[in-house]
Amino acid sequence: MKVHEYQAKELLKQYGVPVPEGGVATTSEAAATIAESIGTKVVVKAQIHAGGRGKAGGVKLVDTPAEAAEVADSLLGKTLVTYQTGPGGSVVNQVLVEGAVAIASELYLGMVIDRATERVVVMACTEGGVEIETVAAETPEKILKEFADPNMGLMPYQARNLAFGLGLKDKTASAAASFILKLYRLFVDKDCSIAEINPLITTEDGAVIALDAKLNFDDNALYRQEAVTELRDLGEEEPLEIEASKHGLSYIKLDGNVGCMVNGAGLAMATMDIIKLAGGEPANFLDVGGGAKEESVTNAFKIILADESVKAVLVNIFGGIVRCDIVAQGVINAAKALDLKTPVVVRLEGTNADEGMRLIDESGLKFETAKGLKSAAEKAVAAATAAGGE
Amino acid sequence: MSILVNSETRVVVQGITGREGTFHTRQCVEYGTNVVAGVTPGKGGQNMDQIPVFDTVGQAVDNEGANSSLIFVPPPFAGDAILEAAHAGVEVVVCITEGLPTIDMVKVKDTLAGMDTKLVGPNCPGVITPGECKMGIMPGFIHKEGSVGVISRSGTLTYEAVGQLTEMGIGQSTCIGIGGDPVIGSTFLDLLKLFGEDDDTEAVVLIGEIGGSAEEEAAEYIKEHYKKPVVSFIAGQTAPPGKRMGHAGAIIAGGKGTAAEKVAALEEAGVTVSSSPAEIGSAVAQVLGR
Repeated sequence: MKVHEYQAKELLKQYGVPVPEGGVATTSEAAATIAESIGTKVVVKAQIHAGGRGKAGGVKLVDTPAEAAEVADSLLGKTLVTYQTGPGGSVVNQVLVEGAVAIASELYLGMVIDRATERVVVMACTEGGVEIETVAAETPEKILKEFADPNMGLMPYQARNLAFGLGLKDKTASAAASFILKLYRLFVDKDCSIAEINPLITTEDGAVIALDAKLNFDDNALYRQEAVTELRDLGEEEPLEIEASKHGLSYIKLDGNVGCMVNGAGLAMATMDIIKLAGGEPANFLDVGGGAKEESVTNAFKIILADESVKAVLVNIFGGIVRCDIVAQGVINAAKALDLKTPVVVRLEGTNADEGMRLIDESGLKFETAKGLKSAAEKAVAAATAAGGE
Repeated sequence: MSILVNSETRVVVQGITGREGTFHTRQCVEYGTNVVAGVTPGKGGQNMDQIPVFDTVGQAVDNEGANSSLIFVPPPFAGDAILEAAHAGVEVVVCITEGLPTIDMVKVKDTLAGMDTKLVGPNCPGVITPGECKMGIMPGFIHKEGSVGVISRSGTLTYEAVGQLTEMGIGQSTCIGIGGDPVIGSTFLDLLKLFGEDDDTEAVVLIGEIGGSAEEEAAEYIKEHYKKPVVSFIAGQTAPPGKRMGHAGAIIAGGKGTAAEKVAALEEAGVTVSSSPAEIGSAVAQVLGR
C-alpha cells in the first residue's frame, strides 16, 4: 500500500524524524494560511502517489502567501502526468505547503527488505535528489549498505558507519545516525516494504531533514496496522482494481483487448504471456484465487467486461482445490446474467474438468472450448481480432 | 527415491481442526499420505476422523513419531507455528498459509538458519512425491511416478507443467511449490542441490516468475556446478513494472527482476528455457531424448 508524502511525513514526525515545517491544504485559501504561519518562502507540492512530480511541474517554490495560493489553485483539481503515472495522470486533491530549507548537501537514504540476504537493508548515498536506480546501475560502489540483524535490529554502529561513510562530520554526522535509527524503528514498527528519503538534506547548522518521503507498506501486514490502513487513498487506485479486491479477486488492468480469467497468479501471468505469443495483447491480469466459487467467477466476469477495450475473454482454469464444474457453472451464470455478447473461449483442466466441459457444451450458449493452453490462447486472440480488436 | 518426503514420512498437520486443515488432511490421507497426528492448541485429546489431535507439536512428535509438519494456521500465527515445529525437531515443515507479513518471515528465516529443519513456503501448494506422499493442496491425480524433479514459485502453473509431463508419459520424482512471497523457506538453489544428490532424478524443471533474483542465483549455481539437465519457464514476460502480479514477490521493482534478465541468465547457464508455458512438457521430452 502506498501513502502520500504528507502522510509519510506525519508518520516520520511521530518517530522524531525531522521534516520541514508545513501542512496539507485542499483549497488555495488554506495554502495561503499555512504559508502565512510559516512566514518564510514556501514550497507547494502536489500530493499524488506517483514520483516524478518535480519535472512535471507539481512542485514550486514561491515567495509570498499570495503566490502560494496561486500555485495551489493551479494544481488543485488538475491532472498531473508524470513518467510514473502513465498517460492518464493522477488528479491532485491536496497540496503540501512547506517552509523552504537552505540546503547544504543532498543525500539519499532508502530501506527495503533485501530478498537475497533476507534482511532489511539500509542504503545511503551522496547522490541525493537523483534517481537511485541510475546510480545503482552506473556507479554501484557509491551506494553504502548496512544489513540489519533480524532479531537485534539495526545497531547504532551501523548507523554511524553510514553517516561517516557519507562524509558527514561532527553534529551533522550524529544527527544523521539518529535519523537513520529512528527511520529504521518506523520501518519495522509499521511493516514498511519501502522507506525512501530522497533527498535527505543537511543544513549549514548541522540539521538533517527529510525533504521528501516515500513510504510503502506490506499488504500482508495491514491486518495489524490499523492506523496505516486508514491512510489508504482510494482515489489513487484503479476503480476496477478496488472493485476486484472487494470480491477477493486480484485484478490489474492492462492495455490489450483479450480479457483473462485464471486461477493462480503464476498461471495468470503465463496466460498473459501466451496471449502475447499468439499475437494478441492481454487486457488484464486476473486471479480468481484458490477457492473460487460460482459467485466469484460471476464477479470476475463483470470486472473483465467493464473494461470496454475487451473484445474476447479467455477462461483458463487448472482445477486443484477449485473444481472446474463450479467454475463452468459460474461462467454460464455470468453469461446469462450479463447477456454476454463478447466471445468467450473456455479451457478447463484438472479437478472435474470433464464435468465442467460438459456443462459448457450443454449450456446452449455460444462458448468456444479449447484443449490445451496454446490452442486456447490462439482461439481467444483470433476471436478478439475478428471482433474488431487490434 | 525422491527428495523431502516419501512413504516413510510421518505427517503432523498444524491447524487440523480448521476448515482448510480438515479438508486438505482428508485429501492427503486419500492420496495415501501417512498423517499421524494433528495439532490445535486447546483441542488436545480429540480426534479428527481417526487422527489424534494434540495441543503442541512436541506432543505429536513424542507420541506419534511425527517427522514432518503441514501448516494451515492463519497468517498472524503461522510464523509461530513454523518455529514450534522446528523446535520440536520436525525435519520438513511445509507452510501453506498465504499472507504472512514479510518482516515475520525475515525473523523466522534467521532463526531457522542454525537448525536442521527444512521449510517449504509459506504461500505455496506444498510438496508431493507421486505415489508416496502428498503434503500439500495440489491435485494428486495429475502426477505420475518418475524421474523429473519440479520446482516452482507458482501453484497452478506447477499443475500446468506437471499435467503436460504426465500427459506425455513423463513421471516426476518430487514436485515442490516454493511459494510466491519475497522471503521463503527453501529456495530454487536449496532444492536444486537436493535434486542434484538424488539418484532417481534425471532432470529438473524450474518454473520461475518476475521479481527478485532467485532465478539468477540458481542460474549461477547451475552454470558452475550442475550436471543434470534443467528446463525452465519464466512467467510474467508481459507484466508491466511496478505492479504486483498477485504474488507479493512478483513485482518488477526499479527495473530489476524482469523475465528477460532471468531468461538470459538461465540460457547463459545452459538451461533450456521454454518461451511458451504450453511447451514445458515437450521441452523436457526433448532434453531427455524421448
